Amino acid sequence: MADASYPTDLLYHPEHDWARIDGDHATLGITWFAQDALGEVVFFDPPEVGATTAAGESYAEVESVKAVSDVIAPLSGEIVEVNAELSDSPEAINEDPYGAGWLVRIRLSDVSETASLLDAASYESSL
Amino acid sequence: MSARLEEIPITSAGATPMQRDPAVTIFEKGAAGRRAFHCPEPGVPARDPDELLPRHLRRREPARLPEVSEPELVRHYVRLSRRNFDLDSGFYPLGSCTMKHNPRLHERVAALPGHARLHPLQDPRRAQGALELMWNLERALAEIAGLPHVVLQPSAGSHGELAGVLLTRAYHESRGERRTKVLTPDTAHGTNPATVTMAGYEVVKVGTNPDGGVDLEDLRAHVDDQVACLMLTNPNTLGVFDTNIEEIARLVHDAGATLYYDGANLNAVMGKSRPGDMGFDIVHYNLHKSFTQPHGGGGPGAGPIAVSDRIEPFVPHPVVTCTQTPDGPVFGLDDDRPQSIGRLRGFQGNYGVFVRSYAYIRSLGAEGLRDVSETAVLNANYLLARLRELVGDALPLAFGERCMHEFVLSGAPMKKELGIRTLDLAKRLLDHGFHPPTVYFPLLVDEALLIEPTETETKETLDAFAEAIAAIVAEAREDPNIALGAPYTTPVRRLDEAAAAKHPVIRQAR
Amino acid sequence: MLAAIGVSSVEELFAAIPDGVRLRRDLDLPPGMPEQDVYEHLLSLARRNTCAEDEVTFLGAGMYDHYVPAVIDMLLGRSEFLTPYTPYQPEISQGGLQVMFEYQTAISELTALPVSNASVYEGPSAVGAAGYLAKLANGRRRFVVSRGLHPHSRETLRTLSHGYGTEVVEVPLRDGVTDQEAWAAAIDDETAAVFLQQPNFLGAVEDAHALAQAAKASGAVVVGSYDPIPLAILAPPGDCGVDVAVGEGQSLGNRLDFGGPSFGFFAATEAYLRRMPGRIAGETHDVDGRRGFVLTLQTREQHIRREKATSNICTAQALNALAGVVYLSWLGREGIVELAELLLQRTAYAREALCAVEGVAALHEQPVVREFAVQLDVGGLEGVRRVIDRCQDAGVNPGYALGRDLDEHPTGLLVAITEQRTREQIDRLAGMLGAAIAAERAGEREEVRA
Repeated sequence: MADASYPTDLLYHPEHDWARIDGDHATLGITWFAQDALGEVVFFDPPEVGATTAAGESYAEVESVKAVSDVIAPLSGEIVEVNAELSDSPEAINEDPYGAGWLVRIRLSDVSETASLLDAASYESSL
Repeated sequence: MSARLEEIPITSAGATPMQRDPAVTIFEKGAAGRRAFHCPEPGVPARDPDELLPRHLRRREPARLPEVSEPELVRHYVRLSRRNFDLDSGFYPLGSCTMKHNPRLHERVAALPGHARLHPLQDPRRAQGALELMWNLERALAEIAGLPHVVLQPSAGSHGELAGVLLTRAYHESRGERRTKVLTPDTAHGTNPATVTMAGYEVVKVGTNPDGGVDLEDLRAHVDDQVACLMLTNPNTLGVFDTNIEEIARLVHDAGATLYYDGANLNAVMGKSRPGDMGFDIVHYNLHKSFTQPHGGGGPGAGPIAVSDRIEPFVPHPVVTCTQTPDGPVFGLDDDRPQSIGRLRGFQGNYGVFVRSYAYIRSLGAEGLRDVSETAVLNANYLLARLRELVGDALPLAFGERCMHEFVLSGAPMKKELGIRTLDLAKRLLDHGFHPPTVYFPLLVDEALLIEPTETETKETLDAFAEAIAAIVAEAREDPNIALGAPYTTPVRRLDEAAAAKHPVIRQAR
Repeated sequence: MLAAIGVSSVEELFAAIPDGVRLRRDLDLPPGMPEQDVYEHLLSLARRNTCAEDEVTFLGAGMYDHYVPAVIDMLLGRSEFLTPYTPYQPEISQGGLQVMFEYQTAISELTALPVSNASVYEGPSAVGAAGYLAKLANGRRRFVVSRGLHPHSRETLRTLSHGYGTEVVEVPLRDGVTDQEAWAAAIDDETAAVFLQQPNFLGAVEDAHALAQAAKASGAVVVGSYDPIPLAILAPPGDCGVDVAVGEGQSLGNRLDFGGPSFGFFAATEAYLRRMPGRIAGETHDVDGRRGFVLTLQTREQHIRREKATSNICTAQALNALAGVVYLSWLGREGIVELAELLLQRTAYAREALCAVEGVAALHEQPVVREFAVQLDVGGLEGVRRVIDRCQDAGVNPGYALGRDLDEHPTGLLVAITEQRTREQIDRLAGMLGAAIAAERAGEREEVRA
């Protein structure tokens, strides 16, 4: 398990999700805090490519042995890619939540939504 | 560490040592051609099997079932049985489960051919004994719960809950009302919200006050004309009797909703108080809890329901009837119930379970049943007092001062000060020969430990259990690693549940 | 003990109960009795039931008088199987968990489907549970159900689906099997699931493959309710395109018990693994590398998932499923096939013998394995009841009056064969049925004349 970290190049949602912005696309995942609270992840149920995300609403579920957690989308958009590696190795979400543990990639429908997300320092202090 | 293991006492409450051979399934035993079954001769003129059953409808490859002789079969399952802890062997203080002794008379009477070999569709005139038994059981359960109309059909508590919520729906529909929500306390057993969703309602949670009862303010805020029902158990899963129950009933009824009683904790109040008198409209019983149906490792059970007059028209059918005639009572099954919600399963329900529960009620009688609840509550309070005395700082009581038939401790202080969690305490208890209490339920309490001793345990057993807990806590003070690595003496040690969930292997490979 | 608690009477421990709800009298129940008196009472009740030891019974319609081997009584009576709780502490429950794993394997083999749970309550509610699975999986609003399903299964499905708002549409039978044209016409992209029974309620073998294929294009979940012993020789659901196979397990080592307890089995394709209701045991290893078993995929279940659970089931039928897997192991790979072939032969013989009786005609000519339907030439359901009564008075129960459930077959009789029904008994049934029908028709003529 990685040590607690909240990379500064990412934006955060208070429900423990992160976004890496890349022009009009974003990569999404769950934070170190979320994976630590869940325990060892055993299953990630990915949404379909082409489905939409709505900021503040759940778009998928992450399961550990003893708990299930909704994954909240920090931003709205259309899903263009899901992380297929996670079906064989869901533990990547624990080991590398910001890298190999990425969940989906979306095309943003409203780039201005990024303004309401938190930076690393604000998110970390909210914990 | 190994020196300490040898010092672990096997007390009189401890289980016998269990068989530790490597696990081999029945599919990995036997050899081609072996069997136990001796098939009779058909005895009829042989006809061409393909003519009787055309090829395109036939199976191509036989199912690869085991090929073992009877002695192999017996040895396999007997040895397997010895890898189980069980109630006959040791103490099982599982909160919410009411693990009381299973009297063996019940097995003898349930096996009588007149009960065991009776077909469910037998003409009711030729099944009068069975129908009378069901009728008598219904009347006894009605008296115990204080509600007049009982149906035995549901197969388990959660099945009874489903019946109850579907009955609520039928009741509201009959009055032309469309309600959308069902309220459950945040201490509710998981079956409650799961049932609510299955019945097509939205689950709304109601909070708990600092005394462990329903938060009346929160309830008032949530009760409106969209609420179909409030589901409660009293005493609740914290072991607390809600003293506001009359007010709660009034609030719910004034809003036109029904009040549902989850009977999982009935063991605390038999002969002392009745849910019908508390204002509940629908009650379910768990015959595998208070009424000694053996748990069987996960069933069978039964979840009969009792309802008030206004709910009666909707109950599932068939309904047992009793008609007085000059020759005495005649029993029947009534299917002609136009407002009934229908059926929740085939036939009449788990009759074999009814036989056992009925035998129990006839054995105990009115006084005996009251004695059960008084002793259950006494035992729980005594165990609580001993644990407070021995480990009250590490494992404080979560709510209130006393309890009913069960109580919840919190392992949070123990976790903070000693570095072992409720889970580790439970695993170390296995080495002491006790089944641990229920852990991590109710969700409201951090590191919860829900303990229900039941009335069939002796004071000596309760003392031994309390001392074992104290020993584990003391041991953790010196060396927490022991509990963290427990158990050591069981057939297997801690199992990798994450691996089982990630890459499920749920059958023997072909 | 009271001193340790700090009270002076047990009554003080009940102080929390408000006066208004305190029971101030004794429960109005008879006084308790010593064990021997309870035994006598239960025995006297048993004696007022006509059970399978008191008559030669051809009564089936969902539960069957198979022989239960003595090893099952012995194993189910063992403390270690009878008295433990659900295996929440796997380290001391390896016996029960391994039994579940073996049971799951046996059901998977029998159904040719990769995934099985550790049991549900019984047959009809398993059909209901399959409906709930489909509803959660695709959210569509209609079930298409063959009238060949057991009436209790159809009704249970209707009762449950009324709760979560799914409509049930029935497809009739034609010539004793599901009308394939009507079936295909009823299925569209609003169909959540389709339901067939094999063999169906009239004992007929359906073309399950054709029925399943007809639903494929729509994406509906194909549910089949199967009788387990005929599955030894019938094409299994996994080979027919059935997605979810359920059924009544009573025939597998469980007693009749006036309808329960028995168990229901529930198996499915890999795609539905995470939507399965009920307990599932999985294989794993412990910290020392020993092979072991645990309850797995628990996040589906009520104690974790709560309102989003795949089902509300908690207590199931573990002990009865143990009887099931022991029975299947007792029959063995070859034994179950021999048993099913024996049933096939004797059932064919019985149908022929009965249809040769004056006043008896086949209700359909479809292939049958262990049960078949005939029509009696008497006046309606009441006539059939009187015929049955006459036979029972003479010690033979000829079967189930179909008119009790099916208005379209008021004079139907469903006759079941098990390995306990010998040729001699079948011949006796034929003779008796003939005599009873003749007497009934004579009585009818009397009435008409009067």
